[in-house]
Amino acid sequence: MKATIRVNGKDEDVPAGGLAALLAAHGVRQTRGCAVAINGAVVPASAWPTQTVAPGDDIEILRIVGGG
Amino acid sequence: MATMAEDGLVIAGRRFGGRLLLGSAGYPNQQVLLDAVQAADPAMVTVAVRRISLAGYAESLVDVLAGRVLLPNTAGCTTVRDAVLTAELGREALGTDWVKLELIGDNETLYPDVEQLLRATEELVGKGFTVLPYCTDDPVVCRKLADAGAAAVMPLGAPIGTGLGVVNPYMIERICVTSAVPVILDAGIGTASDAARAMELGCAGVLLNTAVARARDPVRMAAAMAAAVHAGRDAHLAGRIPVRTQAEPSSPQLGLLGS
Repeated sequence: MKATIRVNGKDEDVPAGGLAALLAAHGVRQTRGCAVAINGAVVPASAWPTQTVAPGDDIEILRIVGGG
Repeated sequence: MATMAEDGLVIAGRRFGGRLLLGSAGYPNQQVLLDAVQAADPAMVTVAVRRISLAGYAESLVDVLAGRVLLPNTAGCTTVRDAVLTAELGREALGTDWVKLELIGDNETLYPDVEQLLRATEELVGKGFTVLPYCTDDPVVCRKLADAGAAAVMPLGAPIGTGLGVVNPYMIERICVTSAVPVILDAGIGTASDAARAMELGCAGVLLNTAVARARDPVRMAAAMAAAVHAGRDAHLAGRIPVRTQAEPSSPQLGLLGS
C-alpha cells in the first residue's frame, strides 16, 4: 500500500519538500490569512519552512474567508 | 453631555469607535462587501476560517480588509475540539486572540449547544483567548458564560439568517440589565428598526450580516444599520417615555380658545 497523507480530507502523495512544498502546491503564497494544522495541532507560520510531513499525517490548510 | 466618541463600545478593556459588528459573508461580490464595510464603519468585521480550495484561492480577504479589526469565528463547529482548533487557526492566521465562539447544536435552528459552548469558553479563556460567545437569549446561560470568562455575551435576537428581529425583547432587556459583561445582539436582525430596537433594549452592540449582505442595496442598508445602531443607543441613553394606554394631550390644556 502506498503511503499517503490526508490534506483537507483527501488523500495525497507525501510531498518531497515537506510542508513548504505542499503549501506551494496548494497555492498558498503568504502566511497572513492562512493557517495550518497537522494532526490537530497548529503549525506556526514561522515553522512552515522547516516542517516535515510524514506518511499518515492529517493536514488541514485553511484561510480566512467571509463569515458572519 | 456625552458625545458618541466618548460613548464607545468597550470589550475586555479595548475601546471601539462604533457599536456595529458586521459580517463579511454572502455579499454579491467583493467590491460590494468593501463598500458596505466603508458605509457601516463597523467596530469589527467577522470572518470565518475554512479549508482552502485551489479554485477559490483568489485575492485574500485579509488584504482587502486591511485596516479593519477582524474577528474570526468558529461558525459551523459542532464540537468543542473543532471549535478550539478553529479558534487557534484563526489566531494563527490573523494574529488576534479574539474569537467569536460559535458552537452549533442543531442544524435546523442553528441554535447554540450551550453545554459545549460553556466548556469551549472555559478552555479558550484558559488558552488566553478573548472569547465572545454566540449564545441563546437566556440570562442564566449568559451569566454562566460571563462567569467562565467570556469578554462579552452575544445572545441571538432570532435564528441566524431569519431576519425575524428581536423575537424575545423582554429577555434581551433582562440580559442587558443583569449581565456583568457587554451584551452584543447577534443574529436575527432583518432591517434597521430591529438593530435600533436591540440598542434601545440596552445592548452594547449589534452583530449582523445577512440583513446587509442580502439586501437589495447592501451598501445603503449598511449605512442604515449604522444609523440605526447610533439612534437606538442614543434613545436608550435618553430614556424612553412610559407606554400609556390612554391618550394624553401634548399641547397645554389651559387657555384654549372658547374655554
